[in-house]
Amino acid sequence: MDTMPKWVDALLVPFISVLIAFLISGVVIVAIGEDPIEAVKLMVTGALGSTYGWGFTLYYATNFIFTGLAVAIAFHARLFNIGGEGQATLGGLGVALACLFIPWPHWTLALIGAMLAGALFGAAWAAIPAYLQAKRGSHIVITTIMFNFIGAAVLNYVLVNQLRPAGSMDPASARFPEATNLPTLHELLAPIGIEFSKAAPANVSLLIALLSCFLLWLLVWRTRLGYEIRAFGHSETAAVYAGISPVRITMIAMLISGALAGMMAINNVMGEAERLVLNSVEGAGFIGIAVALMGRSHPVGVLLAAILFGFLYQGGAELALWTDIPRELIIVIQALVILFTGALDNMVRSPIEKIFLARRRARQAAQAVEPAE
Amino acid sequence: MADSTAPAIELKGISKAFGPVQANKDISIRVMPGTIHGIIGENGAGKSTLMSILFGFYKADAGEIWINGTRTEIPDSQTAIRAGIGMVFQHFKLVENFTVLENIILGAEDGAFLRPSLAKARKLLKQLSDEYALDVDPDAKIEDLSVGYQQRVEILKALYRKADILILDEPTGVLTPAEADHLFRILEGLKTEGKTIILITHKLREIMETTDTVSVMRRGQMTATVKTTDTSPEELAELMVGRKVLLRVDKAPAQPGKVVCKVDNLRVVDGLGVERVKGISFEVRAGEVLGIAGVAGNGQSELLEVLGGMREATGRVEIDGDPIDLTGRLSDGRTRRKRGIAHVPEDRQREGLIMDYHAWENTAFGYHDDPSYQRGFLMDNNALRQNTEAQIEKFDIRPPDCWQTAKNFSGGNQQKIVVAREIERNPDLLLVGQPTRGVDIGAIEFIHKQIIALRDAGKAVLLVSVELEEILSLSDRIAVMFDGRIMGERLPDETNEAELGLLMAGITDTAEAKPELELQEAR
Repeated sequence: MDTMPKWVDALLVPFISVLIAFLISGVVIVAIGEDPIEAVKLMVTGALGSTYGWGFTLYYATNFIFTGLAVAIAFHARLFNIGGEGQATLGGLGVALACLFIPWPHWTLALIGAMLAGALFGAAWAAIPAYLQAKRGSHIVITTIMFNFIGAAVLNYVLVNQLRPAGSMDPASARFPEATNLPTLHELLAPIGIEFSKAAPANVSLLIALLSCFLLWLLVWRTRLGYEIRAFGHSETAAVYAGISPVRITMIAMLISGALAGMMAINNVMGEAERLVLNSVEGAGFIGIAVALMGRSHPVGVLLAAILFGFLYQGGAELALWTDIPRELIIVIQALVILFTGALDNMVRSPIEKIFLARRRARQAAQAVEPAE
Repeated sequence: MADSTAPAIELKGISKAFGPVQANKDISIRVMPGTIHGIIGENGAGKSTLMSILFGFYKADAGEIWINGTRTEIPDSQTAIRAGIGMVFQHFKLVENFTVLENIILGAEDGAFLRPSLAKARKLLKQLSDEYALDVDPDAKIEDLSVGYQQRVEILKALYRKADILILDEPTGVLTPAEADHLFRILEGLKTEGKTIILITHKLREIMETTDTVSVMRRGQMTATVKTTDTSPEELAELMVGRKVLLRVDKAPAQPGKVVCKVDNLRVVDGLGVERVKGISFEVRAGEVLGIAGVAGNGQSELLEVLGGMREATGRVEIDGDPIDLTGRLSDGRTRRKRGIAHVPEDRQREGLIMDYHAWENTAFGYHDDPSYQRGFLMDNNALRQNTEAQIEKFDIRPPDCWQTAKNFSGGNQQKIVVAREIERNPDLLLVGQPTRGVDIGAIEFIHKQIIALRDAGKAVLLVSVELEEILSLSDRIAVMFDGRIMGERLPDETNEAELGLLMAGITDTAEAKPELELQEAR
């Protein structure tokens, strides 16, 4: 079969899907008696109009890159990891423990240590569902979602009974020591003369997220392990034929996935809150699924989708702050984006595919001076 | 008489394209009532598309369908059934745990209550069975019936829906020769009763033996329609492929050397606890092809999977005198390949290839941990692509483009990718399962030559095929499997299809053949 040009598949189709989602959102905004043009303006200026806005957009995007990559790598092995939320929660615990109990001399070392701890905890949380899937055939969708609840309960217990400083009424850990505080984009960009908002939470974790995108691309498309993971994802029987162990690939893919989700904690726990609080993940684990779907499990797609969702998060917050549009509407907009880019993808894709193929055929017919056969 | 009446089916100028692929191109055909009309062509020639249009699964881009002299639009299969067309698919569409009767009325019940429909159907079924010698126990469950009987149920289903025109798509693919002969006797009976039958097949022998007229399709076009008595298998093959084809494999006598693979008392139990291979023993020597014949589902697939490292087993298997692991971590495909066993699996689309991988990724499949494909931590994709280019050239894989995904190649070229990959590793033992299933004649010829060339290079080949013709023409020795056991070994020069067919049905003593055959069929 013939296919569309790559750029259409990767850029034009999602772009049109997002556009449709926004159009329908506009209708909803009109329906509740607000001005959609005004709303879009507010969202754009709020999220992208200042370095302050960008700082928040990129901060959210960093979270979504980690969880999006986590879901993406599992997708490549045809495993639907919807436990990013729980894995990121546990990753937060790992990061907090590393920051609180190890006297780091400098933030760089603290970052490496916290990253490893977060990855380790996230991977461990993914390992149990992975093992149950690989060895017992328990469906990973069911087990990972159950582990989200267990993870939330574990964090609750640990915060209330173990990490809460004596006398505090707040179910949160103590503040992390100064030496573990990560530089924000303001601090990173100041030496090269760029004035970035001081108040925005975006921090050095963004660079780690970008590096993770590259490394994941390398892993999936350039290494033997990535080759095996993709092969297993396409066909398990074929993988067995080639001597690729399904148990091994299921375990490895889920461990990487859990580790990536857990690493998100260097951004929200270590970089922003600088202490561990309840519900620090704020649904980023679930947004990761939408990001991976929209990004077609490709790191570049995940990056772009993560920025889009970062924009929606920040723009939505601004909208709720300055207008009478209720906060819930933001969830409607996000849901529409997910619906159109994920679930209804083919609705946009197939007509566009038809148009492109028809145009190409017409072109070929015009070029064909003599019949091919 | 046929010429004076209107054709049962007449197609005029049917065209159908899927995207840029022209599956059917201006096809016209007249099928006279009361005849058996064969349609023959390679895989991908457009036979199934044409029949799907006739049965209302696809809508033709252009062209007309005339049935019994009236122009008919067939937008869906219900209309096709009402127009008197019945279809027997290659893969049966039966509910396994329903009875024959329940399956027959399924979708044709009258009213909300089953009892009156069932009673009516039982009467009609009895009548149909008597009329066409299609005896089937109406209360037997489908899962308890042999494949031959299941097919009869499909035919009865069509007749129950008052079909006058019966289309059979590759009906003998899953049958033993005896069952196939029985099917053709039934078709003869139906013909004498005035039914029209369209037989789609790629087997020349079936066409020659059963049809009155034959139409040949090639690349979406109808290349010829001839009276069967006026043509020959050679001519039909040439019409199908578009050039002269060697139907027999040219080969020198085998020169068997040392034993490469020794299998002793091998047993396989499947996931449901059913013993699929029941203690078989055999040897394959260097420089010979051992053919395993048998009807699909008698343990041959499991045997291949064990040797290829896809399935665990008990017993003993030696390669070059050393035993290989049959269970545990070292019984996997990777370890097998290291021991010099290459494997062309039975199902290239589910096993042998990753259909979404590029050709160059597929030529490393199973050998992707070979050091020559590595560069540090990464895979050496350039080396892979160079290797693929070489194989594409040597095996004449088309299109010659290593960036095509496997699913964009035709069946024959997909198989060539697999065969090239496995043979180019120069294995000591080559396992080959159904090497030419769904492969066009031209590629069959090529693949057969490659297998013989490997044999002549002193390697051992274990061939599993359900195509008797293939077994007979390639093998130096033939073992027949039935119900997980080897029923006997024969030399190809000293046996024939009839004898092998009996062995395939589990009958070792040809003198007792008759009563036992009936017993077998009645099962």
